[in-house]
Amino acid sequence: MSESKIKISNLHKAFGKKVVLDGVDLELRKGESLVVIGGSGTGKSVLIKCIQGLLTPDSGSILIDGEETVGADREQQAALHSKMGMLFQGGALFDSLTVWENVAFGLLENQKMPRKQAKTEAIRVLRQVGLAPDVADLSPSELSGGMQKRVSLARAIATKPEIIFFDEPTTGLDPIMAAVINDLIIESAKGLGATALTITHDMASARKIADRIAMLYKGKIIWEGTVKELDKTDNPYVLQFINGLSQGPIKVEI
Amino acid sequence: MANRIELFLRALGKPLVKFIASLGELTLFIAKSIYHCLTPPFYFKLMGRQFMDIGFYSLPVVGLTTIFAGMVIALQSYTGFARFGAESGVASVVLISVTRELAPALSGLMVAGRIGAAMAAEIGTMRVTEQIDALVTLSTNPFKYLVAPRIIAGVIVLPILVLIGDIIGIFGGYVVCVYKLGFNPANYINSTLQNLESLDIVTGVVKAAVFGFIITLMGCYNGYKSKGGAQGVGEATTNAVVSASILILVFNYIITELFFAK
Ligand SMILES: Nc1ncnc2c1ncn2[C@@H]1O[C@H](COP(=O)(O)OP(=O)(O)OP(=O)(O)O)[C@@H](O)[C@H]1O
Ligand SMILES: [Mg+2]
Repeated sequence: MSESKIKISNLHKAFGKKVVLDGVDLELRKGESLVVIGGSGTGKSVLIKCIQGLLTPDSGSILIDGEETVGADREQQAALHSKMGMLFQGGALFDSLTVWENVAFGLLENQKMPRKQAKTEAIRVLRQVGLAPDVADLSPSELSGGMQKRVSLARAIATKPEIIFFDEPTTGLDPIMAAVINDLIIESAKGLGATALTITHDMASARKIADRIAMLYKGKIIWEGTVKELDKTDNPYVLQFINGLSQGPIKVEI
Repeated sequence: MANRIELFLRALGKPLVKFIASLGELTLFIAKSIYHCLTPPFYFKLMGRQFMDIGFYSLPVVGLTTIFAGMVIALQSYTGFARFGAESGVASVVLISVTRELAPALSGLMVAGRIGAAMAAEIGTMRVTEQIDALVTLSTNPFKYLVAPRIIAGVIVLPILVLIGDIIGIFGGYVVCVYKLGFNPANYINSTLQNLESLDIVTGVVKAAVFGFIITLMGCYNGYKSKGGAQGVGEATTNAVVSASILILVFNYIITELFFAK
């Protein structure tokens, strides 16, 4: 449980003059579920993309299973990606493919599973996220936003990855579906023994799925702790965020 | 010294720096694209879909443009030749202008409008909706999956389209000469066949392959680097068509010069 899966140190990332990540330090232990909270535009998605190598950090180090990924070559990155799954904030479903082909994409392209078997597997995972088998042959654009989110989740967990990233998995879902997704995240993280990094604004969801919570503010992790510690904290930034107060140390630029 | 260079570059201003940067970016993109076109894995199914999109569905457009091009050339050259009483020359003019110039250039431009725009829009949408990022996280190389099938299909299919366009264009000339100008059909066909030279066909086909590369490359490149939502995708489609069309005309000249200038 104490083995380090992802270790980020002093990570910097800026777009032009706009500094987004300004020295992030964060560690995920194996099998742990970490939730990152923080205001809109604080760079949570950028952080995940840096870990995945979709964005190149300006400086700093990211160790995954003890291996440096910053500056890794294509092959190393591909090897890394085969053990990671990602639920994109916007879904990012392939709209030229059917729902089941989306879910089975990693199985088909990467694990070279035969189509028939991949489809069966895709339908199984779809059912797991609460979707009926008859959506399998639809195109993603024929689904509601919430259903697309679930398909996206199914795609992220279909390859049974060791590390799963969830970028706002419950945003835009009704409360019941959000609860279902929360359970699924817990299940996939605990059940598969996967390490999970979740981004969310939804504090109820964060409390439910997190082993630990970290808060990102102004490019740094300003607070880190368990859910219990969260309830006892007197950190004014965290308090303002979790209580949703408009007044406090965090100034929203309007 | 370094300072002076800096001052000099500064004087030239941002546009030049931007231009050079984007030239470098494009060169890198081309190098990557060619590398991934030549190394496995190949996505044959995706290539097949592109064959249909670029080739089969462009047939009506290419057919219409080349038939009218052939017809108008026959009419124009007849009015010119009639003064010298050399109607038989019409067949040879139609043949040469269609195979060397009209079929490749017009087909290239039409396909650039049809396919370049669609390609840039599709890949651009995939970029701004993070589908390309999603490909990467599913350990699939976007160059292999998106770019290579399109470029390979373009380079193979355009020559075929142009060969078909050659036949249709020559047929257009035949129709005008025989049914409007009253030529003898057998004579017309005879002088067409006599004047038929492989070099004419070959230049047309070489041009077509280059145009196929240009069209698909510009479509993919502009789509791939597009950013900023729907507006960015719109810009990408415009840029793809405009740049492909200009490059087609430039390379049309360059290839003609390579083949025919002594
Ligand atoms: N590719 C990019 N190019 C330029 N700027 C970017 C890029 N990606 C993100 N940014 C900027 O980085 C900042 C952080 O973006 P990010 O998407 O990480 O926010 P976030 O914390 O995920 O917000 P939200 O909760 O709203 O999703 C934003 O100000 C955004 O404008
Ligand atoms: Mg985000």
